[in-house]
Amino acid sequence: MRENGFAYALLFPSLVFLALFTFYPTIKSGYLSFFSSNLAGKHFVGAQQYVQVFQDEVFIQALVNNVWLAVGTVPISILIALYLAVWVNSKFVGTGLLRAAFFYPTFIPMIAIANIWLFIYTQDYGLLDKCLSVFGVHSPNWLGDPHWVMFSMIVMVIWKEAGFFMIFYLAGLQNLPKEVYEAADIEGARPLQTFKAITFPLLMPTTLFVMIIAITNSFKLVDHLYIMTKGGPDNASNVLLYHIYETAFSFWDMGKASVLTVILLVILLAISVFNYACLDKRIHY
Amino acid sequence: MKKVMMTLLSASMLLTACGQSQSAKPAAAPAQSTAPAATQETAKADKPVELQFYFPVAVGGPITKLIDKLADDFHKDNPAITVKPVYGGSYQDTMTKVATAVQGGNSPDVAVLLSTDLYSLISMNAIEDLTPRFSKEYFNGFYEAFMGNTKSGDTVWSVPFQRSTIVMYYNKDLFKKAGLDPEKAPSSWSELKEAASKLTVKDGSGKVTQWGIEIPSTGYQYWMLQAMSLESGTNIASGDGKQVFFNKPEVQEALQFYSDLGRKDRVMPEGALEWATVPSDFISGKTAMMYHTTGNLTKVKTDAKFDFGVAFLPANKKYGSPTGGGNLYVFKNIPEERKQAAVKFIEFLTKPERVAQWSIDTGYVGTTKASYETDLLKNYIKDFPQAAVARDQLQYADSELSTFQNGQVTKLFNDNIQAALLGKMSPQEALEKSQQQADAILKSFQ
Repeated sequence: MRENGFAYALLFPSLVFLALFTFYPTIKSGYLSFFSSNLAGKHFVGAQQYVQVFQDEVFIQALVNNVWLAVGTVPISILIALYLAVWVNSKFVGTGLLRAAFFYPTFIPMIAIANIWLFIYTQDYGLLDKCLSVFGVHSPNWLGDPHWVMFSMIVMVIWKEAGFFMIFYLAGLQNLPKEVYEAADIEGARPLQTFKAITFPLLMPTTLFVMIIAITNSFKLVDHLYIMTKGGPDNASNVLLYHIYETAFSFWDMGKASVLTVILLVILLAISVFNYACLDKRIHY
Repeated sequence: MKKVMMTLLSASMLLTACGQSQSAKPAAAPAQSTAPAATQETAKADKPVELQFYFPVAVGGPITKLIDKLADDFHKDNPAITVKPVYGGSYQDTMTKVATAVQGGNSPDVAVLLSTDLYSLISMNAIEDLTPRFSKEYFNGFYEAFMGNTKSGDTVWSVPFQRSTIVMYYNKDLFKKAGLDPEKAPSSWSELKEAASKLTVKDGSGKVTQWGIEIPSTGYQYWMLQAMSLESGTNIASGDGKQVFFNKPEVQEALQFYSDLGRKDRVMPEGALEWATVPSDFISGKTAMMYHTTGNLTKVKTDAKFDFGVAFLPANKKYGSPTGGGNLYVFKNIPEERKQAAVKFIEFLTKPERVAQWSIDTGYVGTTKASYETDLLKNYIKDFPQAAVARDQLQYADSELSTFQNGQVTKLFNDNIQAALLGKMSPQEALEKSQQQADAILKSFQ
């Protein structure tokens, strides 16, 4: 009992913060989602707002965009991260520098990243257009054309995420047992065989972890959109979290924003549950 | 475990409860201030007052430094009052901060917010009615066009501060190169199209290296469209914030013109043109003309390495431009002595010399007629006649789109305009849809 009490005492500060900044807002959002509220006041409307949200075309478009963002960024950034990790894990001159170079997108502030990419994507005198024009390619209006804006965002997100995930894979790689590799070497296994039979399966726990982070990150994108597109043109790059932000702080429609928050929470929970319940069983630790 | 959770929950509730009771205090204060004005004057002299002043930065230039200096100068004149400027980010960020502060019972004292946020602030019951605080003559000193968005009916809720209109900037060097008269800007829509096509330059491979004109189409496309609608003969909303006229034929004509420039005449880049990069495009010579706020005048003047002109927006049936920019608001839930200090601060900011200096430093239009009578602004205009254009255009100006639920109405209108500019909808469809959506939102206010 005393031991337990001591444990609770140690956990208490974290619990306070969790309660204040996670449980309480979650419950409050759920509660508010049944009220129609604007700046003047609020009144109970039940599930009516949920019905309205699911009929709202901007919401549907934001949801579809978000799914495309996840599909476009998650697998590719994980593959690139894995490739980079295997590459910089081997010892050669300048690995340290390379690792730093791949990781650096992670530690510059999001807003700075957004501004850099805003310049890269600027039409005509932006970096990308200048480079492409050397090859005589006419580039589109990257952020101003609804067909290209999501693609442009996906490329930027991959650039940013791949280096971040690389660090996890690198840590995973360095924890793998040396003996199996020596054994494989003695048996005369080729590099690709080693990777397929040993490295990749042994890295599965890392992959699971990275995947959850990658998917949830793709639903948490908001800073870049705020700087680069404001969800436009014509909602072509609007995603859920940005839609929530707009609903709450441009339209001051707290009720609808709460509904959207609940929906986002359910999506994120579902992803985590699926990952841990289904994929976790197939992974060998 | 359950017990722990219960304690936690009650602890957090206690915390929030404390926060509320604390922040409710300032609201109770005004009750005490029923003393006669004279004693208050003396009381104010001994008792220092501190004003929280929220402001945004929406145009280029060292605005933060200028505001700090204004606060310092005011403090020198009125040692008992200290103004603490709080930089809020963009207009929207500042509004978010103000609204959060008001809802938290900790409202700021004075703030610069969009003049179009008026109805949001009224529904929030956040702002002080300024009609009894100033004389009629004081308000008559402002240009009539700027008073539109500061009033609702006869009640004045705010004071014009950093106000703007849209003007046309053009590059005189590129005009000369294209064989156009650099002293004569296009003054009608057809002249504009003609000049723009002469100013659009392509390289050998057919790629455009210089555009004739750029009209931004992110963030404020409704504002640009509103200008063209005014030029065609109608405004797009009623003066009480309850009705919009998006589907009028004049608005349709305007949107057709707007989208034709990019999609049919090919004198403007297609797709969405970022509000913030259009001035850079103009300064770098990528476009020969641009529509933009006069608030960027000082930035363009400092950065452009060529001779440039500023002109009225070209007319269709007549000249026209909506006003824009921010007003000074005083908040309701603050003690009376701070309200009086805030009024003093506003009077200080709108003195002719101050307004003149502010206009010179930023490019915003001087809000009062008296400011243009000062030597400061007279001399400035003599050397830099471009600065007078926005003022002269004011006689054709009208209020900006401002309705109840303004954020929502503006957003849906913006989205549909963009859809039309991108060719996803015809102008007529886009406007009919906007009208329906806006009617549905505004129904409960009519």
